[in-house]
Amino acid sequence: MTTTTLAVLVPLLPFLGATAGLLLGRTAPGFVRPLAVLPTLTSLVLAVLVAARQGGGRAVDAATELTPTGSVPIELALHIDGFAALVAVLVGVVASCVQIYSTGYLRDDPRYPSYAALVSLFTSAMLLVVYSGDLIVLLVGWEVMGICSYFLVGHYWETPEARAASLKAFLVTKLGDVPFLIGLFALAADAGSFRITTVLGTVASGGLHHPTLIALLLLAGVAGKSAQFPLHTWLPDAMAGPTPVSALIHAATMVAAGVYFVARLLPVFEASSAAMVVLAVMAAVTMAGSALTALAQDDIKRVLAYSTISQLGYMTGALAVGDRGAAVFHLLSHGAFKALLFLAAGVIIHAAGTNSLAAMSRMKDLRARVPDAYWTMTVALLALAAIPPFAGFFSKESVLAAAEHATTGHAERAPGAAGWIVLVVGLVTALLTAAYATRLWLLAFRGHGAEAPDHGRQPLVMNAVLWALAVPSLTFGLAYRVLPDWFGGSGLTPTLTTSVLGTGLALVGGLVTYGVWQRTTALAARAPLGALAAHPEADAGLVEAEAIASHTPAYGDVANAPDPADPGRVLLGPLHRHAAVGFHLDAVYDALFVRPVRAGARLVRFLDREVVETYVRAAGALPRLLGAAVRRAQTGNVQTYVSALLAGTVVLAVAALLVATGA
Amino acid sequence: MTPASAALTTATAAAGTHGFLSPTGVEIAFLLVGIATFGAALVTVTTKQLVHAALWLVATLGGLAVEYLLLTAEFIAWVQVLIYVGSVVVLLLFGLMLTKAPIGPSPDADSGNRWAALTVAVAAAGALVWVVVDAFRTTWIDLSGPASGSTKVTGASLFRYWVLPFEALSVLLLTALVGAIVLSRKAKADTTPTPAGTPTVPGSRREKEGAR
Amino acid sequence: MHLAYPAVLSALLFCTGLYGVLARRNAVLVLMSVELMLNAVNLNLVAFDVWLSRTARETLHSGQALTLFTIAIAAAEIGIGLAIVLAVHRNRGTADIDRLRDTAEGHESDAPAAEKAEATA
Repeated sequence: MTTTTLAVLVPLLPFLGATAGLLLGRTAPGFVRPLAVLPTLTSLVLAVLVAARQGGGRAVDAATELTPTGSVPIELALHIDGFAALVAVLVGVVASCVQIYSTGYLRDDPRYPSYAALVSLFTSAMLLVVYSGDLIVLLVGWEVMGICSYFLVGHYWETPEARAASLKAFLVTKLGDVPFLIGLFALAADAGSFRITTVLGTVASGGLHHPTLIALLLLAGVAGKSAQFPLHTWLPDAMAGPTPVSALIHAATMVAAGVYFVARLLPVFEASSAAMVVLAVMAAVTMAGSALTALAQDDIKRVLAYSTISQLGYMTGALAVGDRGAAVFHLLSHGAFKALLFLAAGVIIHAAGTNSLAAMSRMKDLRARVPDAYWTMTVALLALAAIPPFAGFFSKESVLAAAEHATTGHAERAPGAAGWIVLVVGLVTALLTAAYATRLWLLAFRGHGAEAPDHGRQPLVMNAVLWALAVPSLTFGLAYRVLPDWFGGSGLTPTLTTSVLGTGLALVGGLVTYGVWQRTTALAARAPLGALAAHPEADAGLVEAEAIASHTPAYGDVANAPDPADPGRVLLGPLHRHAAVGFHLDAVYDALFVRPVRAGARLVRFLDREVVETYVRAAGALPRLLGAAVRRAQTGNVQTYVSALLAGTVVLAVAALLVATGA
Repeated sequence: MTPASAALTTATAAAGTHGFLSPTGVEIAFLLVGIATFGAALVTVTTKQLVHAALWLVATLGGLAVEYLLLTAEFIAWVQVLIYVGSVVVLLLFGLMLTKAPIGPSPDADSGNRWAALTVAVAAAGALVWVVVDAFRTTWIDLSGPASGSTKVTGASLFRYWVLPFEALSVLLLTALVGAIVLSRKAKADTTPTPAGTPTVPGSRREKEGAR
Repeated sequence: MHLAYPAVLSALLFCTGLYGVLARRNAVLVLMSVELMLNAVNLNLVAFDVWLSRTARETLHSGQALTLFTIAIAAAEIGIGLAIVLAVHRNRGTADIDRLRDTAEGHESDAPAAEKAEATA
């Protein structure tokens, strides 16, 4: 098979799996698990094959035009360069892990067939986005991902949190998608084609007429999909979905799609230095703000969600300084260790029966209950905190190095201001990242108090997946030597200055957190807290759903717990109150958008009920009155009927006569 | 088309020589008998005495027979006398008797629909008379020469050109006969348990058949 | 003779019959009025037949033939009509047209109740 055929099969197989799963889900439950896992695994193998054949060399381009579509043609096009090949492998790996993990995690879930099919469909859409060489085809995958995300976040639709979160995720990403679509059209109108290669060619020859406008429009969509400030608020709420979904969609793949998209079209953004500065500011606000927020969250998954947003900020930061190699490098390593973090968090939630870090910090020996999750999560957290020699260290250093490169003005395409913003905020965020990673680890695994409940062994598939993902978290960083060949860019080797600075700051953050924790942990015994799921023997998905549902009743808030033993509270000081609610961004949106829309809806409802319905009622009442009037004529007297009939006949005859005689 | 146009030309030529102000003897006779007939008809539909209505109907139908004669349709006139005056009216009289119609004036002979009926009838009459007069005021019937409705002429026409409808009509009459019998018999079966109703039924049927 | 004379007479007779049909209460009188209307039509047929047979040399005499048919049909009609009237009179004790109001609106609503009453009785 040619590389093109293989590449076509990569997104096609999960799609077929999803279709078959949806069709057979009810009639043949035995086929659901193979149908979920096997196509994804095959697709992973094929993606690896494609990557091996492509090998970082010339990009594979193939296109076929199904039908003429107006002035700007839309083609089914593939464009596989080093970025696409490697990101596809990452997607395949994470999707396979998640599918395998889900077979254990949701083993008793009655809606598992549709869940698995949607995950497959999502995988297919993401692979389509990755491989697509045509912007409209990319958009199709982009939107399919959005709708799959909506369904999967709302998997536990029995709980109000999940329903609200799924709607929020959908609406917020759509808010970004509208400008995104307009931006795509503007781009295609300037370039005369939706093909990425053509677009890039146009940009290179300076054929783009409104680069700033287009870049900013596209950025809105990217911010929505990749959960960048100010459209990031959906991602923490989306943690109401099952943990594997969070791992797949909201850590490794879909949120990375925005970054990947910018990486693909980076020359378009580089054409406008204003867009690059905006991108840098967006990245800076995102990474620092959400790192602070992560330090104040109580829900373990929300900590990880804000951490994801923060790490995505790193990637956009790398793009803002014009180094897409660093961005995609961080994307790849982050995808691996963040998926691992989420999957391990799912295991921990199952074992602890709660998703609250405050409750976990009052459990003794939780780490002994889940040794696999403990060790792999430690690895992943070290990678997240960018401690050498874990994967996160190398990728984050490459970002910081790129920023430092830009500050000195060596980067020919990125403005120096962007470099400074990304470098400074990136270093601050490195410190914060280490702090919240340490806090998470300490609260989850170093608790004191009652014995953790014994829920038996975790399913083997779940633990196996954790170890499988621990390998890249541990070693992927060493790929910095070979990746530049694939990305065709500058080197990704850590520079001394940023390495020392970053690692030093990370160590400082970790140690400070540890010191504070030692002081505060004594308070834990005095302030008992905790809410455990009622069915510890049930499968992990149910435990998680109940944990999420019981968080608000137990602690008064979905994200926050009044825990004096929390080191984050001391570290943040007066900021904690604001950070715990995501710096009131939701309240701002509530005041800016939700309330006006609701008021408008109330107005429309009023108009509908009082004005429109009056017409409707009148439309019903008038025939009713007429009917009553006509009913009076139904006397049953035949003579009356015949009189009326003949009177009408006479009138008609006279009228006909008058017309015929022309009178 | 040619006969029709010829008829039109002759008609207009006739109208030129015949005016309404110089009526012929036949016309005067027709007019007087017509007035009498119309008056009898009016009494028929307005009288309060039901039996009188039937008798005035006889007068009306007889007047019409005279009009047929004046129009030289003698066969039709005798058939009119035979069937209408002779049998139909007798049948109607029997019907009145059998439905226990009161002898003498009955104040409720007209229904409450009278004024609506009057309006409709007058309007229809106005429209019809207007149209008919407007259309035929210059048309003249030449009644001279051999009678166009003598028994010989009518019989020849009937059995030369109208044999098939004539035979079909006999089937229709047979059907009506059977229908009348069926209607009466069914009623008889219904009313056999009540001896009070029985005497009227066979009587009515027998009389009807006898009349036909 | 002017054709207008028989035509007008027939129109007037027809409308008289029309009035009778609409205004009379007794069904037998209604039948009489129907006879009047039929006779008016007959007069028309005869008059036009005579006119056509003279002016258009028409030898078919369709008017007279149709008059005969009408008379025959009227006889049949009166037989059937009277049989119906008698049947109605026997069943309902009246031959008044305006008392036969079974098709009046709202009649069905109490019909099931009556059936129920019969069933219970």
